[in-house]
Amino acid sequence: MPLIRQGDQPVWKKREPLKQYAHWAGWMLGGMLFVWCWAIISENTIWEFLYDADEQAASLIGRMIPPDWSITGSLMLPLWDTINIATVGTVMGIAIAFPLAFLAARNTTPHPALRAVALAIIVSSRSINALIWAMLLVTIVGPGSFAGMLAIALRSIGFVGKLVYEAIEEIHPTPVEALSATGAGRSQVLAYAVWPQIMPAFAGICVYRWDINIREATTLGLVGAGGIGLQMNAAINNLAWGQVATVFVLIFATVVVSEWVSAKVRHAML
Amino acid sequence: MLTLTGLSKRYDTGDLALTDITLEVPAGQVMALIGPSGAGKSTLIRCVNRLVEPSSGTVLLDGQDITRVRGTKLRQARRQIGMIFQNYALVERLSVMENVLSGRLAYLGFWRSFLRQFPSSDIKQALNLLERVGLETMFDKRGDALSGGQKQRVGIARALMQNPKLLLVDEPTASLDPKTSRQIMRLICELCREQQLAAVINIHDVVLAQQFVDRVVGLRAGKLVFDGPPSALTEKTLTDIYGEEDWSTTTGETDESDEAAAAAIDPLKPIGQGGHP
Amino acid sequence: MSNPSTDSGADQQRLALLKDGIWKPLPLIRDARWRWALNAAVLLYIVLAWLSVDVNWSRVAQGMDRGVAFMASFLQPDFVTRSGEIFTGLKESLTMTLAATVIGVLLAIPVGLGAARNISPLPVYLFCRTIIALSRTFQEIIIAILFVAMFGFGPLAGVVTLAFATIGFMAKLLAEDIEDTQKEPLEAIRATGASWLQWVNYAVQPQVMPRLIGLSLYRLDINFRESAVIGIVGAGGIGATLNTSINRYDYDTSAAILLLIIVIVLMSEYLSGYVRKWTQ
Ligand SMILES: Nc1ncnc2c1ncn2[C@@H]1O[C@H](COP(=O)(O)OP(=O)(O)OP(=O)(O)O)[C@@H](O)[C@H]1O
Ligand SMILES: [Mg+2]
Repeated sequence: MPLIRQGDQPVWKKREPLKQYAHWAGWMLGGMLFVWCWAIISENTIWEFLYDADEQAASLIGRMIPPDWSITGSLMLPLWDTINIATVGTVMGIAIAFPLAFLAARNTTPHPALRAVALAIIVSSRSINALIWAMLLVTIVGPGSFAGMLAIALRSIGFVGKLVYEAIEEIHPTPVEALSATGAGRSQVLAYAVWPQIMPAFAGICVYRWDINIREATTLGLVGAGGIGLQMNAAINNLAWGQVATVFVLIFATVVVSEWVSAKVRHAML
Repeated sequence: MLTLTGLSKRYDTGDLALTDITLEVPAGQVMALIGPSGAGKSTLIRCVNRLVEPSSGTVLLDGQDITRVRGTKLRQARRQIGMIFQNYALVERLSVMENVLSGRLAYLGFWRSFLRQFPSSDIKQALNLLERVGLETMFDKRGDALSGGQKQRVGIARALMQNPKLLLVDEPTASLDPKTSRQIMRLICELCREQQLAAVINIHDVVLAQQFVDRVVGLRAGKLVFDGPPSALTEKTLTDIYGEEDWSTTTGETDESDEAAAAAIDPLKPIGQGGHP
Repeated sequence: MSNPSTDSGADQQRLALLKDGIWKPLPLIRDARWRWALNAAVLLYIVLAWLSVDVNWSRVAQGMDRGVAFMASFLQPDFVTRSGEIFTGLKESLTMTLAATVIGVLLAIPVGLGAARNISPLPVYLFCRTIIALSRTFQEIIIAILFVAMFGFGPLAGVVTLAFATIGFMAKLLAEDIEDTQKEPLEAIRATGASWLQWVNYAVQPQVMPRLIGLSLYRLDINFRESAVIGIVGAGGIGATLNTSINRYDYDTSAAILLLIIVIVLMSEYLSGYVRKWTQ
């Protein structure tokens, strides 16, 4: 934040003049990009649909209230499936992500080539949404919660793998050195010097991903991969908005509980 | 016992940290390595157990050339060399007992160490060492719950668990208060004499070194510039090692105050965690 | 030397065992009853969860060659056959992502301010927190279904969906950030007699701005990935093309689209790394 002389009055400016212009130009460019994007979107939008959007919204909400509680009982089993999809999927994902993270971390990888492969797996898994994995897996292993679990697992590998390998790269190197200096083997150093240091972060990451997976698992049914999403999809297709509302309420309650559980566990781990 | 011949180290960055060091440390000798910051003291120590790969020269431990071994052989060589660090290098989330026992890892297979199945002789030895360093009641405490002096005691116990022939000690007292520093130095030197261990101790505190060691070696810019008994350190030799400075307080007068300070600590009393109640 | 007050009976017992050369690390959960209860609960859950999955192994076996075909198609992705659809889909996804992130972040700022307990009155706080909770609970795809029902098929529903999701994500983190800011500058500026807006501008904004930029970039990334999904329910973007190709078992095209998504995510990650360095 320079002080600039103008005549003989000192003028305080936040930036140098040249930088200031560059700054404005940047904002201009950003603004133009946004307008251009908006133009493309508006081109592909049938604006006539929007004239009655408020009526549509009102009638939608009107039909959702009150929720159709009569189906609550029949939703319990799908809800249990949803929780299982999330939990088992998370565990499977972690089981693969854990060794992968050690291959991907700069300070524990046995070979740079292996590190590149591990990073490629992690980034592919992370870039692709669980729902897309589920669409694929349904065509491969058939519809049902097994496809859902695999989808959740595949998506979790990248998430858990990335955060864990970053945690491994951030450990203090001195205990690792100290144990290497005692003559301990590679795996012993991992077990005694690396693992204790990453353990709290690891537990936190796993629970965090489980919490996210509960939410994701609620939607997998839309593509046939099991859980409460199946019932939601059926209700939407039948335009039974009262039933849809019931599903929403149940999802909301489940998510609140899972968030509470994960906060508790993360707190206990610290 | 430890023989360095023509040892040099050039880091990848181009820094020449050690030039042609030749040095012999007989069994049971406690040697201090002094020199200004950046002289290459840590590099020398780390070349001995190959935490740093020497660029040229040999390191012989009981006649075996350590610079040539790899894999299991290297681990077997390392387990004969205990190391003590300035920042203790404990695994903070493991208990004191686990930290001490981790000195035995090189004697154990992976699964036994993973499942914490240490032989009872190791456990008894660990307890003896903890008693010796005055921490026997702390065995279940976690590393991060200890004070600096206590951590260093655990570090010492871990190094001795290896039943080493040689101790490498890198500035053991640099993070400690003066009284604890003294206690730690005395503990290390006493243990070395009891067990007939050779030791190489990096240390900045010349007075402290003079008081406890048998021999002093001075490094300057990677070269050996002094080698002799502590009594041979004069203003001139200190100037050779560290450069121009008024050394009179270090070589002359402090001898008395040192004696006084040393007398203040009962030499017969085993060192407990007195500095840190 | 030791501190006798902390030497409980259990510790003495462990010390006595130690003298006989017997030692085990302290268990994570000290109370043996809790430990067993937890183990039993985990075991019970595994059994119950196992019972709830029914894997149709013969169907899985049938699908295996499809799985292999899918893997193989990554080695020979087909960008050409449906290049027109892929191109328009990607263009739509990218424009949706950008527009939604800008709109979402702009709207998230007032919501985030309102949801920070230390600077907002209670009614505003509760209202903003409700919006955040709704937006965070429901996945983008569910919200997309609702907006498609209101606005009809097309990218507009997608933009609104992604913007709504962005609000929940950004506003929550922003509010937490504001709640964590240092109190002293807040009080100091308030003490000068500044208005509420001036106060936010001078005391709050400088403290949360760097993270806000970082989070916006992160959200841009997430929005792009989500834009590849909401097309399934008709909210525009590459998702529709991807969905069609998968349903037709046209894995070569699917692989091409997935590879493009991966590459774009990677690029955006590198770019955001640079931008973050540059803004700090
Ligand atoms: N990992 C490294 N990579 C490159 N150069 C290094 C590395 N470690 C040390 N050096 C260089 O080697 C020289 C000797 O360093 P060394 O750490 O051995 O000194 P020291 O005598 O232990 O110093 P201090 O008393 O400060 O601990 C220094 O010039 C230092 O910059
Ligand atoms: Mg050093």
